Amino acid sequence: MNVDYLMPYVPVAVLLGIALFLALLLPILSVSLGPKRPHFRKMQPYESGMTAVGKAQRRYPVKFYRVAVLFILFDIDIILIMPWAVALRDLGLFGLGAVMIFIAIFIIGDLWAWKKGLLEWD
Amino acid sequence: MDLNTALRELRLLDYLRLLWGDAPWVEPVLDLISIITVSTFCLLIVIFLIWLERKVIARMQDRIGPNRVGGKFGLLQTVADVLKLLTKEAITPVGADWVAYNLAPFLIVMTALLMWAVMPFAPTWIGVDLNIAVFYVLSISSVSVVCLLLAGWGSNNKYALLGAFRAVAQLVSYEVPMVLSLIVPIILARSMSLIGISEAQVLPFALLVPVSAVIFYISALAETGRTPFDLLEAESEIVAGFHVEYGGMKFGMFFLAEFISTLFMSSLFATIYLGGYRFVLGELFNPNYTTGNLAGILIFFIKTFLVYFVFIWIRATFPRIRIDQMLNFNWKFLVPWTLVLVLVVALLDRLVADSGWTVRTLAHLSSNIVIALIALGFARRRAAREKLFEEEFGVAEEIARPMILGSDGHDDHEHDHETHGQPAPAHD
Repeated sequence: MNVDYLMPYVPVAVLLGIALFLALLLPILSVSLGPKRPHFRKMQPYESGMTAVGKAQRRYPVKFYRVAVLFILFDIDIILIMPWAVALRDLGLFGLGAVMIFIAIFIIGDLWAWKKGLLEWD
Repeated sequence: MDLNTALRELRLLDYLRLLWGDAPWVEPVLDLISIITVSTFCLLIVIFLIWLERKVIARMQDRIGPNRVGGKFGLLQTVADVLKLLTKEAITPVGADWVAYNLAPFLIVMTALLMWAVMPFAPTWIGVDLNIAVFYVLSISSVSVVCLLLAGWGSNNKYALLGAFRAVAQLVSYEVPMVLSLIVPIILARSMSLIGISEAQVLPFALLVPVSAVIFYISALAETGRTPFDLLEAESEIVAGFHVEYGGMKFGMFFLAEFISTLFMSSLFATIYLGGYRFVLGELFNPNYTTGNLAGILIFFIKTFLVYFVFIWIRATFPRIRIDQMLNFNWKFLVPWTLVLVLVVALLDRLVADSGWTVRTLAHLSSNIVIALIALGFARRRAAREKLFEEEFGVAEEIARPMILGSDGHDDHEHDHETHGQPAPAHD
């Protein structure tokens, strides 16, 4: 494996380390500077002043799931288009035509999802 | 290059490189210096950003804003706030998922800092010039979605959970038009490196492809969760959304990350669409003009803060939109038209690839204006149709449709466009 490809990422790794340090420093400072007086009432989750009813980790409406599925389809589309955008001029007419059909399929797909009522929020 | 030239042109890393010679430890140390500068800058600028936002918003709402701590203009107000947040008790609520709850603010600060690695502040002032910088930025900023979901899910709070769902729906939706609109400058510049994109702009891309710039700006508003897209932390509906259970410095970390990423979005806009550190006017009138480091960093920050000011301005101007409006606007308007824009720009770029800058600019600009007019025409027709419906039946179509079509919400029949004003017969 060619290590040269990874060399530009050394500063990114260093920044990762610094970010890790700073992101750890803030909560550690907060824990060591702040008071520690836990109380049953204080630790309750906020629910407009009432005692919380049941757990909050529950099932979620399916409409959020529909949006997520739609996003995944378009995200894959985008990942495939991005390298193409850089190399557009080297790919020739075939590269242009193929991706145009690909994008057209996604426009039709979006309109189809619209028509099938996938985008209705009611 | 000798030491004096390096110092005069403010090429500080080159200066140190010349000073220290060829020892093997030099390059890693230089990397460390540039990266530490970038991350320290991020943390310090936030103190100023929060002050700026409060002051500008206050002035726009005919108030005075912070004016007690730190002189007449309240410049040190944010420092006092940070100290206060640091000395608050750090608690984890009962029933919360300890790992998820404490990991979320930690991760979101890391993502906000990591994005800055590829931002060129001046021609030679950059953390690291990756050849896939745009891709890097997008992938790092996507991690924040996970953080918001962790925060909302781990808090054991219903408001937080609702806020997290809204946040995920909004952030993943608006990522699609944002990335698609970024493909347009990538096609024009034939590079994903931010320095490459800056260098490719003889004219700022905002003049070449204004539609792409506007779409990116709107998506950036939504991605950073700012008004009018702040329904993920809508105070009047779900208290504070995903961070309702957070207090003290953990809340401060969400706040910090939000401001850093907002500033990052405005500097990304300035780099990709406004030419970044380049002084375009100077280059137009004098072909030999190249932007130096000092001028570069000044111009970069002037552009960035102009864009940031518009962020604040929009916050002071627009009301919050509903979640169905937010999703409809994205999937029914932005996404299809951005796809069309990418198609047209790719085709045009192919056609006028060998022409001069004047021809390219005029071709792209006119195609953008045509697309914008067609898209706005469609939107107007749709709005007029909805208004007609509301006038005729006294109720908005999106409220009427589930009542007309029965309890399951929508039918599988073809909508008849000839009689769109008439409601379908109700089910018995």
